[in-house]
Amino acid sequence: MEKKHSPGRILEPLLKDLGQDGRRAFQLPKTDLPAVAPETQIPSDWVRSKPAALPELSERDLVKHFMRLAHLNFSVETNFYPLGSCTMKYNPRVHEEIAGLSGFAQLHPYAPDSLSQGTLQLLFELERMLAEVLGMDAVTLQPAAGAHGEFTALLMARAYHEAQGRPRKKVVVTDSSHGTNPASAALCGFDVVEVKSNARGRVSLESLASVVDHDTAVFMMTNPNTLGLFEEEVMKVTQLVHDKGGLVYMDGANMNALLGQVRPGDMGFDMVHVNIHKTFSIPHGSGGPGGGPVGVKAHLKPFLPAPMVASGSAGYRLESPGPQSIGRVRSFFGNVGALVRAYAYIRSLGTDGLKQVSEGAILNANYLKELLRGIYPIAVDESCMHEFIASAKEMKASQGIKAMDIAKRLLDYGFYAPTICFPLIVEEALMIEPSETESRQTLESFADALAKIKHESEETPERLRTAPHRMPVSRLDEVQAAREPNLRW
Amino acid sequence: MDYVPITDHDREVMLEKIGVSSVQNLLNIPRDVPRARLQLPPPLSEPELLDLCRQIALSNRSIDPKRSFLGAGAYSHYAPSIVRYIASRGEFLTAYTPYQPEASQGTLQAMYEFQSLLCELTGMDVANCSLYDGATAVAEACLVALRETDRKKLILSSGLHPEYRQTVRTYFQHSDIEVIEAPLQSGTTDLDFLNSSVNSEVAAVVVQVPNALGLLEPVDAIEKTTHAKGALFITSVNPVSLGILKPPGEYGADIVVGEGQPLGIDAAYGGPYLGLFACRQTLVRKMPGRVVGMTRDAHGRRGFVLTLQTREQHIRRAKATSNICTNEAMMALAAAVYMASHGQQGFRELAEQNLRKAHYACEQLSKIPGVSPMFGKPFFNEFALEVPIDPETLNRRLEAKGFLGGLPLARWDAQWKRGWLVCATEVQTKESIDAFAQAVAESCKDR
Repeated sequence: MEKKHSPGRILEPLLKDLGQDGRRAFQLPKTDLPAVAPETQIPSDWVRSKPAALPELSERDLVKHFMRLAHLNFSVETNFYPLGSCTMKYNPRVHEEIAGLSGFAQLHPYAPDSLSQGTLQLLFELERMLAEVLGMDAVTLQPAAGAHGEFTALLMARAYHEAQGRPRKKVVVTDSSHGTNPASAALCGFDVVEVKSNARGRVSLESLASVVDHDTAVFMMTNPNTLGLFEEEVMKVTQLVHDKGGLVYMDGANMNALLGQVRPGDMGFDMVHVNIHKTFSIPHGSGGPGGGPVGVKAHLKPFLPAPMVASGSAGYRLESPGPQSIGRVRSFFGNVGALVRAYAYIRSLGTDGLKQVSEGAILNANYLKELLRGIYPIAVDESCMHEFIASAKEMKASQGIKAMDIAKRLLDYGFYAPTICFPLIVEEALMIEPSETESRQTLESFADALAKIKHESEETPERLRTAPHRMPVSRLDEVQAAREPNLRW
Repeated sequence: MDYVPITDHDREVMLEKIGVSSVQNLLNIPRDVPRARLQLPPPLSEPELLDLCRQIALSNRSIDPKRSFLGAGAYSHYAPSIVRYIASRGEFLTAYTPYQPEASQGTLQAMYEFQSLLCELTGMDVANCSLYDGATAVAEACLVALRETDRKKLILSSGLHPEYRQTVRTYFQHSDIEVIEAPLQSGTTDLDFLNSSVNSEVAAVVVQVPNALGLLEPVDAIEKTTHAKGALFITSVNPVSLGILKPPGEYGADIVVGEGQPLGIDAAYGGPYLGLFACRQTLVRKMPGRVVGMTRDAHGRRGFVLTLQTREQHIRRAKATSNICTNEAMMALAAAVYMASHGQQGFRELAEQNLRKAHYACEQLSKIPGVSPMFGKPFFNEFALEVPIDPETLNRRLEAKGFLGGLPLARWDAQWKRGWLVCATEVQTKESIDAFAQAVAESCKDR
């Protein structure tokens, strides 16, 4: 039986509608100073005439509200979340406990080095462990996210070319790249050139050779790429770009597939970012925070952003940048709370554990792909790495069922949807990344659901076109939302 | 300890189905790619990991928040217990950006509520649901202003936090955008300089309120000068100060950014924090980052979706308004719970206590021979003092007495050799302020 909802129903009232003047969820200690009027401390025209209209609720009502909202979400902890390119692996709970230790959580960013030795040691060791995993000579931990890491690295590349006395204008990206690649390059003021993938979804050396020239600052490449395929000609690709004096950047969003197997540095990449909220198990937090550390080879080290952690006889310290540094890319040191979790993850797993992660991710993806064989066409059906792309193009041709319809129907079966309609080079793409932390049984029930949906597309296609049916809301009107934006109460 | 549930039996079954004999056979990695041989520390069980991390955390010396008088961009406030509780719920914590709204109504409604609360606080029309931090939020606001005005100059007040100014310079170092820093006159933005340098080539004037030295800026005069030449007025605010201070929407700000850390977020050595961004309605389609909007479902029920996505990188690629993707949504959730925990009266009281305690601390410290306010202008919860000894020496002496002293201002600007930036919030008590004043007096005796 599927739930019925009456039209006009509201799932949960807004905070402002739950508020009742006079209620409190939190009480400050009474001040032990005699009260004075604010106007005696600041000019009266600075004093806010009307308090900010924040709703007033009891603690009980506030917790109830947010718990009721929590229950409307799918999450890794509650559902299978095979969102391609996002590496929705399980996030160990012990990391939350560690990041919450008051020694880490309460430390002021300007606390003197003498009071911050623990955090500085952790950051110092994390930099080195990441450099080892990535095969790089140095790592900056400051970027707050993958896109921020791309931006940081591209600024370094620009500074590097300028320091060589030959500034370059062009960044080349692949047509299967994440949207952040061209967006970050544009933000750095580069002209963005897109290179076409070959029929097997990989970078074509020929096409690349035709666009990479002496004005190319950087070629940005995702490996494994967004089709989940290892770039077989990677060694030739990096050589080709280097021969023209360019730098090669690896978008490390898919680093989960390579952990302990191969290293970006050994493949000839000059720079790489890694999303610690993907590969190193930081929870995605409904969109953030994450972290996007960037690793570089020695020739780019002078350009790293400020500050870095150094160690010496007096212990660990923050070090100012050299004269060639690109400067500061954010305030303070970085998303340290997230970095603490990444440190804990690498220390838990060690060398063998990290290898098991990539092997598990690859085994799970290939097994799931095998279960779907014959039911959905697979874009480039070869052994995949951590993810693969199924396509709804046949269902679209025969029944008019799109990837979006399948995604929505999967929600009814209790699974979050794969990434859909990306990469742009595959028609009606369903990008599926199971990650290593899911069990065989979960993969099998997910495959069963996809098989049922295939069946439904033939028997009851309307059911798919109007899905979801068992969720708190049915399909939402996004056109209306964008046409007349209602962004606040 | 790893988190891979694949047993030997599972592996066998799976490999057989796939039709290969080992996982290594699945790796279509060519032979010319060297294989990794990582050298990492040995793996740890959960108890060993906890023990190690507790030891590391203990190597940080904790200071009782009542005995810390350091702010300078990151502030110590009481966080209601439910803030951490709600922000640690797996349903929020382990979800992704809500691309499938039907399975993400919890996150989406919470973000809509955060946007609404931030609008109430700032007096602005609309807000997004977070950027990385206060510094990058300023840079993103500058990008909006450059695009909106099609001009090439930015004027940053030197009262803007130095790390924010450095970040903006980094963001625009490669471009033909000219970044001009307006000097200070007795601690606040030099109005004469602004009057002579804001012209029709300037895209935006950026000031911080309270500024990096804790002072309230002459915002009405700055607004007039800025808008007279068609530039955008961008303010970077401390959100807690808005419990008592006139909101930027009332003094004509076009974009309001700020560091959201004071809203119940741990100091955590600098992050993760929360970049705030709110603006006038007319700028809504130029905003960076995720925005949640209210809509209806196919049955007319209320629901929420990510909206105006055609601004974003995953659709527009090189033409996006920003490259931001991952943001700080969980911090925005924490901030929403924090604001709602206080409510209208509670938030006012919070700001009043900050104001009161900082002014008491300033009075007490100024009684010490050789100690005096540097500027004598109105401030919120932070103030600059001139002290009779080197502030670095003073801080070391205070550290020995168990206090974390203020920021030696020479770290920001060499001209302020004896400048010391002190902060007091609601977590201080009369007793802790008195004890601090006494420790400062003792530490200053010996020159």
